[in-house]
Amino acid sequence: MRITLHKSLLCTAAVVMVFPLASLAQQTKADFEARIGMESHIGHVTGHAKSAQYDYRRYCVGCHGDRGDGMGENFPWVDPKPRDFQLGIFKCRSTPTGTLPTDQDLSDTIGRGLDRSNMPPWNVFTDQQKADLVAWVKHFSPRFASEKPGTPIQIPAEPEVTADRIKAGREVFARVQCWKCHGVTGEANGPSASTLQDDLGRPIAAFNFTEGSRPKCGSSDQDLYRIFMTGLDGTPMPSFADNIKPDEAWDLVFYLRTLMSEPSKEKAIAKQLGLKPVDTNAPAQPSGQQ
Amino acid sequence: MKNLQKLAAVLMAVMVVLCGALLLTHEVSAASEGKISGTVKYEGTPPHMRGIDMSKDPYCAKANASTSPHMENVVVGSGGGLENVVLYISEGLSGAALSQPATNVPVFDQKNCEYTPHVLAMDVGQTFKVTTSDQTAHNIHPNPNPMTGNIPWNQSQPPGAPPVEKSWKAPEMIEVKCNIHPWMHGWFAVVKGPYATTDANGNYTISNVPPGNYTVTAWQETLGTQTAKVTVSGAAPAKADFTFKGK
Ligand code: HEC
Ligand code: HEC
Repeated sequence: MRITLHKSLLCTAAVVMVFPLASLAQQTKADFEARIGMESHIGHVTGHAKSAQYDYRRYCVGCHGDRGDGMGENFPWVDPKPRDFQLGIFKCRSTPTGTLPTDQDLSDTIGRGLDRSNMPPWNVFTDQQKADLVAWVKHFSPRFASEKPGTPIQIPAEPEVTADRIKAGREVFARVQCWKCHGVTGEANGPSASTLQDDLGRPIAAFNFTEGSRPKCGSSDQDLYRIFMTGLDGTPMPSFADNIKPDEAWDLVFYLRTLMSEPSKEKAIAKQLGLKPVDTNAPAQPSGQQ
Repeated sequence: MKNLQKLAAVLMAVMVVLCGALLLTHEVSAASEGKISGTVKYEGTPPHMRGIDMSKDPYCAKANASTSPHMENVVVGSGGGLENVVLYISEGLSGAALSQPATNVPVFDQKNCEYTPHVLAMDVGQTFKVTTSDQTAHNIHPNPNPMTGNIPWNQSQPPGAPPVEKSWKAPEMIEVKCNIHPWMHGWFAVVKGPYATTDANGNYTISNVPPGNYTVTAWQETLGTQTAKVTVSGAAPAKADFTFKGK
């Protein structure tokens, strides 16, 4: 009895294991049709993939392509390349590295666009249109049919900016070594900057804090916090969630502001303090020991 | 593309039939004491392994000051033994040997700006640990094919960082990189069932194999795979030696 159960379980497992072979090949029209019922839920709005067909064809297909694989007719002229939605990997997430973004994340991205890329902000759409487009984007990837989005990271209330917090943020920047890629002055010229590649092997630049461009995944203090705690999946930018405590994360956000060109309270304080870029020759401080 | 899908469909049909047949038979083996062992050799002149310039990170350069670090794509020992070859059972496993992932926790350490071991083998679903012994920051960034069910992730490990604990959902040879140190390159070899990795002399032993007839596969990251048939019957380990030929 027990044995038979064992075997039948095993057989199911074996059959299921062969199954992914089918999806190793590119997704087909039939795969998409099977997921056409995909929904999104953003606040009180429910999005339906089906309802986004017209908008996608009109506004998105030129870059992201018929099959959502990023191979639209503009592909050859666009750099960075349009996202391949079939992989289900996204830069801008409130969820941990290696997990799917929430519907809200995708909707925010569509509304915001992605700075330093050809993906424009789509602020002409109603919330319903965006929700429908989110469901449509999701229906291209088998992941959204079988996995739930990750649990969004918690962001505690933002504390008051102080000189001590900015100095502490500078220590975090030094300790976890953001400068390896971003450089000590934030000019994207760290020792590892020139060799960075994305997950598809294409060269990619680290973010330059000093030239006034906006982060792709939002430029509020909360957005900055989220960016380094979740990472930008598909790129070299890693998650620091295990290595920066919530309170320290706010210190780091304040320090990042001092590197940016826009005038800010943080920048003014840093100037008063005469804050210098971090010293990379100082001995490394093990985490949790300041 | 179409062909791949057809292949998958055929494979699935074959699986269903085979499984049906298996369910009808009654032999089953509870104990799993058998072993498969052997040696993997490299025949020919070992390929030149490029040296690594670590000067961009003074910590790494200093840690390797007395050695001359080089790539580890093909590591051949003095007797021609091939290191870092992963051996696993690709056909013939059933029952408990397949359904219970190993319970030990293999460790992948970042040490002197290299991965130790260079290839970490593990079972599907087995928990493994990534640690750092270095006083410089790394980011640990495996890049599986998300269509297999294994999802890429990317985590920083600055000096003193706690271990990262993870597991993988599907069999796959997964490349691991550190974007901060582009020469750092290793593998998570995720297989189904018992496995082994060759030592510096090319020797290996796969333990916990129930008696039966099996196909053993030897996988090497640049030289590819080879297979051999073995029969595990009793106390003495079954033998399977492999030779990878160079150019
Ligand atoms: C002119 C080309 C272009 C058009 C048109 C376009 N996109 Fe994009 N899109 C891109 C590029 C390029 C990227 C990748 C940018 C990057 O990686 O920095 C991208 C990325 C995305 C992403 C992934 C964001 C992430 O977090 O990784 C989503 C979602 C997206 N686009 C949705 C849409 C939708 C919906 C439309 C239509 C309303 C659209 N795009 C139209 C070029 C375009
Ligand atoms: C391994 C190299 C690397 C390290 C280390 C690294 N970054 Fe990044 N970071 C990148 C890359 C590459 C990008 C650009 C990603 C893109 O444009 O898609 C980036 C982008 C960013 C962005 C902009 C994101 C956006 O939405 O456009 C911020 C903010 C940022 N990093 C902050 C940090 C902080 C803070 C640290 C340290 C805690 C850090 N990074 C460590 C490589 C790195």
